[in-house]
Amino acid sequence: MAEFWSVYLLPGIIILAQILAIVVPLLVAVAMLTYAERKVMGAMHLRMGPNVVGPFGLLQPFADGAKLFFKETVFPTRANKVVFVVAPMLTFLLSLVAWAVIPFDDGMVVADINVGILYLFAISSLGVYGIVMAGWASNSKYPFLGALRSAAQMVSYEVSIGFVMITVLLCVGSLNVSDVVRAQAEGVWFFIPLFPMFIIFFVSTLAETNRHPFDLPEAEAEIVAGYQVEYSSMTFALFFLGEYANMILMSGLTTILFLGGWLPPLDIAPFNWIPGPLWFFAKMLALLFVFIWVRATLPRYRYDQLMRLGWKVFLPFSLFWVALTAGVLVAFDLVPQT
Amino acid sequence: MAFLQNSLKSLLLLEIAQGMALTFSYMFRKRVTVNYPYEKGPLSPRFRGEHALRRYPNGEERCIACKLCEAVCPALAITIEAEARDDGSRRTTRYDIDMTKCIYCGLCQEACPVDAIVEGPNFEFATESREELYYDKAKLLANGERWEREIAANITADAPYR
Repeated sequence: MAEFWSVYLLPGIIILAQILAIVVPLLVAVAMLTYAERKVMGAMHLRMGPNVVGPFGLLQPFADGAKLFFKETVFPTRANKVVFVVAPMLTFLLSLVAWAVIPFDDGMVVADINVGILYLFAISSLGVYGIVMAGWASNSKYPFLGALRSAAQMVSYEVSIGFVMITVLLCVGSLNVSDVVRAQAEGVWFFIPLFPMFIIFFVSTLAETNRHPFDLPEAEAEIVAGYQVEYSSMTFALFFLGEYANMILMSGLTTILFLGGWLPPLDIAPFNWIPGPLWFFAKMLALLFVFIWVRATLPRYRYDQLMRLGWKVFLPFSLFWVALTAGVLVAFDLVPQT
Repeated sequence: MAFLQNSLKSLLLLEIAQGMALTFSYMFRKRVTVNYPYEKGPLSPRFRGEHALRRYPNGEERCIACKLCEAVCPALAITIEAEARDDGSRRTTRYDIDMTKCIYCGLCQEACPVDAIVEGPNFEFATESREELYYDKAKLLANGERWEREIAANITADAPYR
């Protein structure tokens, strides 16, 4: 019995607690992100944004959530019911599982696996399945078009994301996510030497999370809401949560790859008093602000422009930088030894 | 050369940076929102809102049932029936305005020779049923009593231009 306790139960409880400690704040962060988005966009449009529910409208996202929760889930008659229900769950699930390998501080990570970057890349690639399944199972025109767009778009931009990750990994010499940050502790943060790649990565994450100006899968003006058309109530809410959790995840990933994760900008007195996780969150917040800022600024791309940008600009450019970085590393004998 | 310039411009995302700077600067400007139920925008004295039938200060109805408003109404929203009163003066027995037909053109108040029918400054008279928007004489006179102060002030303010 004692063995059962110490071998199975206790680690299980600890892991469960760790998971809850990540997921619950994440869901609250998603709620606050939707609020922040509406507030920031409102400010940029010279509007107020939500300001009625609670102080400064802070409770608005929770009111919205409660409203969605009490609504009826509508199943289209001709929909494939099982896939129709599984799709939003999958989107939501995938946006959560990736957090397992994200380090909030040195050693503060649920699963410190040494293929963390590959795991993240795999999870973010799977993200398209939720959308494709939703579009297919709805058995309706606009969701189907949205799903097609989404599939093509995510595949295109994953290629350049992959190349950007390769450049970073060339400079790190390890696939462990924490090692990526530790490598930046010794030198400069990677966004300085790899600035063009940083920009490409950020723009690609915009496309990867279906955000403006690449939100073609749900372009309101053209295909109503794309793959979300037939969804209502909690199924819709799960898509929404998944999408925003993905945004947070992607800004976390950008922070780790380019902005030095939990590291303070300078390792001197006032900066390193602040604990690492706070720096991590601050950098993520800054990136999330840019996500919203971009949405308030840029109009939506046309589909062929999106494809042209992905395949004819980003792909050759990132490929060139992979070759350049590798060349520089070899030529100046800077290849990391591990 | 122009090709090089254009390529460099798009490669360095200069125009996007300019646009982003503009939206960022807008973030700190004054909001233009009028927080409606708590704040309201200014109204012109000529504002054409909800109708009202006015009375003279001694309490006598102004309307003399000349039916000019009914005749001029382009939406045919006004219906008037009139009879001589016991004292011999001509008054309306029925004065209905179908507010769902009314287009708020203000021709009725322009046509009125005694400033009886006017469009007041009230625009918040939404109702839950259609029937409530078929105004009868009692409702219009009640409006007149309720808004007399504002209506009189508006007429005075606009008088020099009429």
